[in-house]
Amino acid sequence: MGRAEYLSGKLGGMVMGSCQTAGGVFLLLGDTFRSMFRYKIRWDQLMEQMYFIGIRSQVVVLTTGAFTGAVFAAQVWFQFKRFGMESAIGPTVSIAMCRELGPVLCCLLLAGRVGAAMAAELSSMKITEQVDALRALGVYPVEYLVVPRFLALVLSAPILTAMALVTGIGCGYFVAVKIFGVDGAYYWDNTVKFTDRKDVLIALIKALIFGVIIATIACHKGMNCPPGTAGVGKTTTEAVVNASITLLVVNFFLTVLLNALLYSN
Amino acid sequence: MLKLQGIEKRLGGQAVLRGVNLQVGQGERVVVIGRSGCGKSVMLRIIMGLLPPDAGEVVFEGTKLTGLSEEDWNPYRRKIGMLFQGAALFDSLSVFENLAFPLREAGEKNEKVLGEKVAEALKIVSLSGTEQKMPAELSGGMKKRAALARAIIRKPDLMLYDEPTTGLDPIVADSINRLILHLGEILGMASIVVTHDMVSARMVGDRIAYLHEGRIYFEGTPEQVDRCEDRLVRDFVRGHAEGTGVTG
Repeated sequence: MGRAEYLSGKLGGMVMGSCQTAGGVFLLLGDTFRSMFRYKIRWDQLMEQMYFIGIRSQVVVLTTGAFTGAVFAAQVWFQFKRFGMESAIGPTVSIAMCRELGPVLCCLLLAGRVGAAMAAELSSMKITEQVDALRALGVYPVEYLVVPRFLALVLSAPILTAMALVTGIGCGYFVAVKIFGVDGAYYWDNTVKFTDRKDVLIALIKALIFGVIIATIACHKGMNCPPGTAGVGKTTTEAVVNASITLLVVNFFLTVLLNALLYSN
Repeated sequence: MLKLQGIEKRLGGQAVLRGVNLQVGQGERVVVIGRSGCGKSVMLRIIMGLLPPDAGEVVFEGTKLTGLSEEDWNPYRRKIGMLFQGAALFDSLSVFENLAFPLREAGEKNEKVLGEKVAEALKIVSLSGTEQKMPAELSGGMKKRAALARAIIRKPDLMLYDEPTTGLDPIVADSINRLILHLGEILGMASIVVTHDMVSARMVGDRIAYLHEGRIYFEGTPEQVDRCEDRLVRDFVRGHAEGTGVTG
């Protein structure tokens, strides 16, 4: 077999594998929505997941939001100062945080922290026959395991993103005004004047969609873990990598789409 | 009660089951023996609806189960209990919560009733007082007994045991065998026990079926199996590796 044939075979296999995985992820997403309406929501499970995803992720998300806003304000100040544009730092930080930095960084962290935990927990349950035990006891695993995790992440991601935005913009203000001596009144007035509510809406819509992506990919990986403990490690890594890459790719298309939809006139 | 007709299953391109026919009557204990990897556990998973067969039928209490959707299987799964090889207790739940789980799923909300039923099930398997322990705090034998208590708490009509004594010391294995007999007597349920432990097979089986190359190769009472002159059956029952292609 020639090298070209070997490479095309490999490439074909990779494309087929990716298509199968994508198909599996979409099927799970459809099954999750169907299960949400067919079965009663398990509030105890949902609250437990909300606590783990929403409350326990606050420190990492707020720290990221705060330092992203702070470092961005500092970088913008270094550049804008040369042109005497210090008063534009506020809106620049605010719009960048809302449209890109807040939702993308917050959700990348959630993919790492929560996506990994979901994939690892579900994989462990899968390889120790706990998922089969659920089925043997007459419980549909998607309803019991996936729906609470999915809902918790989809609800938590926009809330956490909003918190990251507030801390990021607040820390940007602190750095620009208290450390670099930018006029506080100008800074805040321009921030409010040039930051549209649509910018905040973009952040929340993006976070919601990223939550769907992370939860579905992590749960799909966990529920399809190959046997053995090595499978758990591989599944967890793949869940985080796939969710992060998908999130970044989807972010580009979302940016174009949301700008076209919200700023068309 | 249960009838398997021509069950076939391929896994990873390899034919594991090639037409299994087996019947289990009311209250009967059937032991399925066979070499490792011959498809015994796959057969149990097909009965439980955890794996779909490629061909053949599973008929339970007169209803054909094969072809039912995952959710349509569920009412029948509640009539069939299964003890998994690794116990498969939910490790995030205490023993009490593990045992109460099937009852809660069946709609039981009264904590007093749940407490009584869990205590009764734990007493049957001699694990009274372990309600608040987590699965990680239990030994292998205790885990199997707790999992058994969870499987029988809804009093199933048919109980499936996947290698119930594997990995246990002979004393604990004997206690599990006695428990299988005891449960059959007090609950009157039929059982299918998958094992390659001949001590266990002789002790608990009303009938023993030898699964070989994807088919039931021999079926009979424990006495008939012991007297069987067929070389394959005899070598398995006596644990002789000679002539089986296995060398040490």
